[in-house]
Amino acid sequence: MMSLIIGLGVILILFIVYLIIRISTLVGIAKGKDPDKVGNSNSINATLFMVFMVTSLVGFFWYSFKHIASYELPLASVHGKETDKLFWVTMAITVVAFVIISIIMFVFLYKYRYQENRRATFYPDNHYLELAWTIIPAIVLALLIFTGLRTWNDITGPASKDAEVIEMIGQQFAWTVRYPGKDGELGKVNFKLIDNVGNEFGLDLSDKNSFDDFKSLELHLPKDKEILLKIRAKDVLHSVFLPHFRVKMDAVPGMPTQFKFIATLTTQEMREKLGNPNFNYELACTEICGKGHFSMKMPVVVDDEETYAKWKASQEAWLKQNPDYLEKVPAALKEAAKVMAGLATEAQPVAAKESEQTVAGTN
Amino acid sequence: MATTDINIQHDVHHHDDHAHDHEHHEGNFWTNYIFCQDHKVIAKQFLITGIFWALIGGILSVIFRLQLGFPDMQLEWLRPILGGWITPEGKLDPEFYLALVTMHGTIMVFFVLTAGLSGTFSNFLIPLQVGARDMASGFMNMLSYWFFFLSSVVMFISFFLETGPAGGGWTVYPPLSALPQAIKGSGTGMTMWLVAMAFFIVSSLLGGINYITTVINMRTKGMSFTRMPLTIWAFFFTAIIGVLSFPVLFAAALLLIFDRSFGTSFYLSDIYIGGEALPHVGGSPVLFQHLFWFLGHPEVYIVLLPALGISSEIIATNSRKPIFGYKAMIGSMLFIAILSFIVWAHHMFVTGMNPFLGSIFMLLTLIIAVPSAVKIFNYVTTLWRGNLRFTPGMLFSIGLVSFFLTGGITGIFLGNSAIDIQLHDTYFVVAHFHLVMGSASFFGMLAGVYHWFPKMFGRMMNDKLGYIHFWITFVGVYMVFFPMHYIGIAGFPRRYYSWTNFETFSGFADLNTMVSVAAILTLSAQFIFLFNFFYSIFRGRVAPANPWNSTTLEWTTPRHPGHGNWIGEIPSVYRWPYDYSKPGAKEDFIPQTIPFSETPESNFPHENELIKLESEDKQGGIVIGGNKPHH
Repeated sequence: MMSLIIGLGVILILFIVYLIIRISTLVGIAKGKDPDKVGNSNSINATLFMVFMVTSLVGFFWYSFKHIASYELPLASVHGKETDKLFWVTMAITVVAFVIISIIMFVFLYKYRYQENRRATFYPDNHYLELAWTIIPAIVLALLIFTGLRTWNDITGPASKDAEVIEMIGQQFAWTVRYPGKDGELGKVNFKLIDNVGNEFGLDLSDKNSFDDFKSLELHLPKDKEILLKIRAKDVLHSVFLPHFRVKMDAVPGMPTQFKFIATLTTQEMREKLGNPNFNYELACTEICGKGHFSMKMPVVVDDEETYAKWKASQEAWLKQNPDYLEKVPAALKEAAKVMAGLATEAQPVAAKESEQTVAGTN
Repeated sequence: MATTDINIQHDVHHHDDHAHDHEHHEGNFWTNYIFCQDHKVIAKQFLITGIFWALIGGILSVIFRLQLGFPDMQLEWLRPILGGWITPEGKLDPEFYLALVTMHGTIMVFFVLTAGLSGTFSNFLIPLQVGARDMASGFMNMLSYWFFFLSSVVMFISFFLETGPAGGGWTVYPPLSALPQAIKGSGTGMTMWLVAMAFFIVSSLLGGINYITTVINMRTKGMSFTRMPLTIWAFFFTAIIGVLSFPVLFAAALLLIFDRSFGTSFYLSDIYIGGEALPHVGGSPVLFQHLFWFLGHPEVYIVLLPALGISSEIIATNSRKPIFGYKAMIGSMLFIAILSFIVWAHHMFVTGMNPFLGSIFMLLTLIIAVPSAVKIFNYVTTLWRGNLRFTPGMLFSIGLVSFFLTGGITGIFLGNSAIDIQLHDTYFVVAHFHLVMGSASFFGMLAGVYHWFPKMFGRMMNDKLGYIHFWITFVGVYMVFFPMHYIGIAGFPRRYYSWTNFETFSGFADLNTMVSVAAILTLSAQFIFLFNFFYSIFRGRVAPANPWNSTTLEWTTPRHPGHGNWIGEIPSVYRWPYDYSKPGAKEDFIPQTIPFSETPESNFPHENELIKLESEDKQGGIVIGGNKPHH
């Protein structure tokens, strides 16, 4: 039914268009108009260009000044201050250039519209003018390039040694985070060790650094401390996008990537600042990755240092949650693994247990 | 109806029209219209196929805009067309959404704005404007169309696969595009995409080699490089860029085929998917991105340069002024063509590529803004103190300059790697390239159709409908793409089926609705064009010999040029193509075929010196007598 109505509508419009053509041609012929002559439509078009320019520029400035604040994302990182500044400086320069060129062009369109007795000016070139508008944009761009380069180099430079290392893993269609645990070192991984029972990281349990690594489905970040995100993907490309921190980096299978940044406002502080008690930081995927691309979200929480440390301490090591994998740990490292994963604490107090374990070990 | 035609017919005094019509009808239907080697027919074949694809591409975009603008809408009524791609709840299937986005991009970039634009106007205008009887190889030219046709057929069939057409984005980044288990579209749909693109590249190369050869070797007497219209310069650079870059895409596609079908690991490594670890080790997905963008970026200019060439020509003609800075225009196109090869990695600032490379590519990318700016300034100066006639072709050319400015300026943000971190893969990018490359080139194509329609079909298109078409489309395009800058600043990611999963991106639904409504209106306005186009082919006002009082060679041919273009000898050329409103001249234009010896009243001193050279080899100069403008 719907398609029938649409079809009829289309036919009706086509018929009206056809009638307009016929009538306008016939009227033209009746009036004895020379169709090759420039008619009234020329001035109408010229006027419409002026109308277009005025309404669109006024609309653009009015809307932007009134509403741009609602489009700006709240900012919560150190380098983001720099890139935002660059963005707005570039915006200022380009808007000025855009407005000037637009006005000149549309005014020319109106002012020099066809007049029967006028002749255009033969003006094929002017080297000074051309030189001027080659050099001026070149200088302006050079300034933008140099500030941009400096910021880019700062952002992509090496992270400091005591940066908080956190690993983001992208897969269809979810993110997981791995924290290095107390030792501050991420254990080795190998994609061939991934299984669908428990070892979703592909943790290599012959590496002692892996024992205390823990998994999280929320990204917790400390405030005011350099964070080094190590990023990898399991299946296809994904991209880590932390809009409020101005962070974006692809997750590439087979090629680990990274991004370092410093968060400046805890979730709580941001809620207060925005006056929105429901505000949450979020992580999104920005590289097309399949059916669920649009739903690859991870909640992000920024804590002050103390809360962050407390949260970290409260997390169970992956190995503790998956004790079956203890058998994959080489015999010589089993004890250490139990201790680091906190497995031993389950039955007895630590001190008593350690002696018992030695006994068990000798058996 | 007949009366009107007769009434207008007396405008045309072309004695050789009749003789020509006969010549045209020699041979049979197959050799005249299907397997034709005449560059003009091939151009029309490209144009009609391009229009077909543009319609498909436009409809696809409206379908996904429905999803984005009206997320709660019941799409059950699309089931008769889309079948199983409408979920039982009456929604668009999220995987099909991605397929729509992918095919929209592929179709528009390659089939419409490469084949439809270059294929049409390079084919049509190069021989006519340089004064050649046909392309260097008519046969290769014919093959070029038929490879494109084959490619179109394969691509079209892929829509009807059960697993749908390719769905990994028009950039087909592996591993997504390499693994059928990752997305449905990477099954047979992707295979057909690759096969179609392989044919497409063959078509492009056959065409490109022909364009280059024809421009270099087959220019008529007197048509030196510095007397070529800017259209020809643009097509020439475009063809060179295409010939150098398309083979790289071919290589990229071939390696992807190997990875998909023969177990190689060029792009694949360390993958665990569908419950198993794949054996691939050592490949790099980033390698594909390098190869892809080595074509992909020049491709932007393959799409844009012909449009800029067309608009240069149309703006000069309808301003009744020489294009300002003819040599600067050529220089900037040359510079753009060279730079287009060394900026590709600005698409990859945040892909994990070495950041040092990022700084190099940022530097090179922002340099390309300089020749682009020169072009805009030159257009504006061409308008200055002109006598502007707003023909539909002129309107669309001005629209192109406006889009080129608006969209080009946001390139300065995106080319800056530090700013690009936030904007990459957001709607800011979508707004940028749809304006600067999509809409600008599309307007160039429409401008070209309106302007050269009289030469293609011997009839005029209706002006009034052209105006209506222009104004709805011009305003519509801005309504569609300008708001996208705002949601881009708000961080909205591309290729999202819906944003409501994120608190950060759940606002601005009304803005998205407005964009979708504008998109539907803009697409509807194209039916005015389609009607005008097909109606005018058969019923349009009969075109005068030189409807725009233009200087270039194509207007010295008969109203319906036969295969061979000129009856008798090919005219010689004596001057550059922009002698509009020359001081002292009788008319406000002097065709390229008028020798300086005939225009002593308007010659500059250095031109008077050329008169002697003209008389030395005069033979060809007489032919133009019969083709003088009729005013």
